[in-house]
Amino acid sequence: MSFEIRDDCRYRESHEWAHPNGVVRVGITDFAQDELGDVVFVELPREGDTLSQGEEFGVIESIKAVSDLYAPVSGEVAAVNERLFDEPELVNESPFEDGWMLEIEPDDPDLDTLLSAGEYRDQTE
Amino acid sequence: MSQQDPVERASEDEEPLHFEQASWQTSEETYEPLLSEKGTSEVTVESPLPDDLTRDSVELPEVEEPELARHYTRLSEMNYGVESGPFPLGSCTMKYNPKFTEDLAARPDASVHPDRSEQASQGTLQVLHELQGYLADIGGMDAVTLQPPAGAAGEFTGILIAKAYHEANGDDRSEVIVPESAHGTNFASAAMAGYDVVSLPSDENGRVDTEALDAALSEETAALMLTNPNTLGLFERDIEEIADMVHDVGGLLYYDGANLNALLGRARPGDMGFDVMHYNVHKTFATPHGGGGPGAGPVGVVEELREFLPDPHIREEGDTYERYTPERTIGKVHGYDGNWLVLLKAHAYITRLGDSGLTDASAKAVLNANYLAEQIDYEIPFGPFHHEFVASAGEQDAADAAKRMLDFGVHPPTTKWPEIVPEALMTEPTEIESKRTLDQLAAAFDAAKSSSGETLADAPNRTAVGRIDQTEAARNPRLSWQALDE
Repeated sequence: MSFEIRDDCRYRESHEWAHPNGVVRVGITDFAQDELGDVVFVELPREGDTLSQGEEFGVIESIKAVSDLYAPVSGEVAAVNERLFDEPELVNESPFEDGWMLEIEPDDPDLDTLLSAGEYRDQTE
Repeated sequence: MSQQDPVERASEDEEPLHFEQASWQTSEETYEPLLSEKGTSEVTVESPLPDDLTRDSVELPEVEEPELARHYTRLSEMNYGVESGPFPLGSCTMKYNPKFTEDLAARPDASVHPDRSEQASQGTLQVLHELQGYLADIGGMDAVTLQPPAGAAGEFTGILIAKAYHEANGDDRSEVIVPESAHGTNFASAAMAGYDVVSLPSDENGRVDTEALDAALSEETAALMLTNPNTLGLFERDIEEIADMVHDVGGLLYYDGANLNALLGRARPGDMGFDVMHYNVHKTFATPHGGGGPGAGPVGVVEELREFLPDPHIREEGDTYERYTPERTIGKVHGYDGNWLVLLKAHAYITRLGDSGLTDASAKAVLNANYLAEQIDYEIPFGPFHHEFVASAGEQDAADAAKRMLDFGVHPPTTKWPEIVPEALMTEPTEIESKRTLDQLAAAFDAAKSSSGETLADAPNRTAVGRIDQTEAARNPRLSWQALDE
């Protein structure tokens, strides 16, 4: 099976994507949502919280497993996708669009420490 | 309330909640006291509450007694338990409990008020003291507390004892090592006691990887938690070497008693070098499972740890039994003497079986697992095993295979764990089952193995309740009967 991997995003080994566009939008990958199965609950930080790269920023629960979510960049949480609280299925249905989780105002806009799309693709194959 | 057509109701394989069958009436309408109870004069009770906080009647659901009795009987018929058929959950160990233990615990003189004086509780204390001794003998330990109310509580108590021991030695250690195949409670017990949990990988044979252990051990190691045989049913052959390695860095070796039923009368954790252990009396002996009510998870320790045992401990002084507070106790972990009636059942089981009976039980637990494994078509990657084995459902989804087994009148094994085996079917028939029952189980395994993907995805079909929509149940839980109307 092949999973969507977007070239305009950077990735963490723990399957979060980061999309730079002024702020950095964060979610989990198509591969990750497929591994997890039906997502039933997402716990996210609050707007204004500060995160360090690699820090746990939330929890995602599926019918199979409970997993921690890790911040791909350091910065302040500028927005949280509150739709996920009532519609966690968006993470399954649209991991790169409606299923986004956070927008982070990054301390450092340079995302070079993260995996490129190609590197992430290698990891999942 | 929606009133359903009774014919339609009968065609559905489900039992309504008894609220749904109820008529809603005020208490006044349904209860008219006998004239003789009313007495001669009417009594008017003035409520001290203002009128807007009181009501004249309470609407309660009313069901006729025969309907209610039949409702609960139907529900019980839809249920499946250890008295319905085999229940081969590996690791969880569900088994039939012989009735003589229940009979004993149901005797009126077994219900002793825990506040009775020691002098008036000598019989109770004697039974508990004897059980402490039996368990110490069985585990090769020097002292046993009966206080913890379940196996997991026993683990937690054991780790607290280990922590108290290190602290008393002025030794501030921060880590507990747990094999990745260990019961989830091991990780939780260590973390709750304030330790960092170090996860230890298995080697290619499913046993402790001694090289990885060597790398994980340090001056920070407070304890290594192990179960032997492990969750794959494999005996840890290097246990003496492992014990030496842990002791060399000043750590303690903790025995998770979950799988002691494989060793009863044959090998003792104390002789292998373990320092502290818990006993799952429901697995190893025969008492109700703690998850559904009061349980018991006694803890055994070597001499050096005795003074840290929970308060109170029971000892014999002269010809009387008494409770005392161990010198450097970790404190209370339960009220009074632990769950006395559960402990009484364990005592009854041990004394009824005796040494030879307990040894026979472990032989049968291992024989039954190996016989069943021989009969089934699923691959079993690791062995030789003892009291349980982990088969792989292979290309099938283990959860689907388990659902399919329900159609053949048996409870399925534990699924998808441990993760070392892909699509795991973790199976423990226990010593309690006959060859005939094992053959029935094997037939259910093989029927699931030969089922098509379509059949599996749709299973079960012959049970009172079909496939549950887990996702919907988690995303939109209906936690009140009123939500059923929504």
